[in-house]
Amino acid sequence: MTDTQTPKIRIRGLKKAFGPKVVLDGVDLDVMGGTSFVVIGGSGTGKSVLLRCILGLITPDAGSIEIDGVDVTTLSPRQREPYMARIGMLFQNGALFDSLSVWENVTFGLIAAARAGHGPRITRAQARERAGALLEQVGMDPAVGALSPSELSGGMQKRVGLARAIAARPEILFFDEPTTGLDPIMGAVIDGLIADCVRRLGSTAIAITHDMASAQRIGDRVGMLYEGRLIWQGLPSRLFDSGNPVVDQFTHGRREGPIKVDVRN
Amino acid sequence: MNGVLDFIAGLGRAVLDIVRMAGRVALFAAVALSHVVRPPFYWRTLWGTLVEIGYFSLPVVALTALFSGGVIALQSYTGFAQYHAQNAIAGIVILAVTRELGPVLAGLMVAGRVGAAMSAEIGTMRVTDQIDALTTLSTNPIKYLVTPRLVAGTLALPFLVLVADILGVLGGFTVCVMKLDFSASAYITATIASLKVMDVTVGLVKAAIFGFLIALMGCYHGYHSRGGAEGVGAATTAAVVAASILLLTFDYLLTDVFFSQ
Repeated sequence: MTDTQTPKIRIRGLKKAFGPKVVLDGVDLDVMGGTSFVVIGGSGTGKSVLLRCILGLITPDAGSIEIDGVDVTTLSPRQREPYMARIGMLFQNGALFDSLSVWENVTFGLIAAARAGHGPRITRAQARERAGALLEQVGMDPAVGALSPSELSGGMQKRVGLARAIAARPEILFFDEPTTGLDPIMGAVIDGLIADCVRRLGSTAIAITHDMASAQRIGDRVGMLYEGRLIWQGLPSRLFDSGNPVVDQFTHGRREGPIKVDVRN
Repeated sequence: MNGVLDFIAGLGRAVLDIVRMAGRVALFAAVALSHVVRPPFYWRTLWGTLVEIGYFSLPVVALTALFSGGVIALQSYTGFAQYHAQNAIAGIVILAVTRELGPVLAGLMVAGRVGAAMSAEIGTMRVTDQIDALTTLSTNPIKYLVTPRLVAGTLALPFLVLVADILGVLGGFTVCVMKLDFSASAYITATIASLKVMDVTVGLVKAAIFGFLIALMGCYHGYHSRGGAEGVGAATTAAVVAASILLLTFDYLLTDVFFSQ
């Protein structure tokens, strides 16, 4: 087997429960290098937990998460640092740092990596210039860099979050509900930027969403998470015609079907 | 009988909760302190927090100390005048201010102002994923958020207490000279005669410990806040209450250690 056939990210038997509530119940997933995988699923089905497990923000109860063949769940936080430096993440609400300006947000990872010795040295002047270039890449005026995150609209915050995620040219990108809270046009703009960034950087991407249009625009492959497992994987073009009754009910938004919505939880 | 057993069980649970909490806080503090000597260092965060605590708390601490010194002078006069012991008032004021009022009042003011702000800021960062974002950006959140605040709290409060000591004495002086017709030179002479380096030094040591505790409570409760705005509010309240109680508890313990003999 050659390296090109080894998945960039390989997940096997991933389990996570919070008290009696089982969120992930044996997730298996392979994402090949340079491709985008979109995880769809209803609210509370564990999509964000899956991403957070891969990022090391949550410790799984069982299973393995391999990045380039190395099981990162067995690494100490310090050993994980080089892997984290290769990952970029766009959070659902942007998660921009309120106390910093936009340009400081965008280049935060670059400056942090330089401080930690994982990246090249960078002065504040260089960082500001680099932030301007990154903001241009996500369709924003570099002058926005001087503003505070609170002065930006939701769509602009997402773009800044995207600029921050791609700043270090990561090998792996994660997107947590990238279009949530945006109007359809801005959602399409963000999806376009994501697809463009992933293609340009040659990164491997995992996105989670319950926006079907977004899934089709971003993903090379799509999988549905239901009752703690990935119950279906396929091409985005098959999303509305998967042959799986659970996926079909979800993608068509039907009230009747095998998915029982627990309104109490 | 069942009622008694339930009471004992409840008491036991409460004690266990307190012990567990104390362990978690101690571990949190130990991890944060371990980063004091390990690079990288976040000087800008440290400087910003020093300014926030040391400079922007000055007005509230200054006013509190000024009026408290005045009140001590006034109350002492009411009692001491009956025994013609007014000459002792300058000594009482400086003793009370340097040993107790300066550190405790400045600490309580800073706990209300800065401890709450720290908890709210870090708590908001927690519930809006900013702390997770730090981790994904190769930054240890405890090192970046907590360690500089603990150091800043420990360094800034002694400075505030020094200011509070001076203004507290000034408050007493003003009341005695302007209102009670004391001789200014006699008051100053009595103050200098009563001034002990040990009192001021212990006050400053107390202040450093109080500053550390206030920052620790603010950071700990903020860092572990959950559940949106309500959770941040609860964390902020818990930070101020815990800091105030710890401050008064440690004030007693330190007073016992330094002055009981």
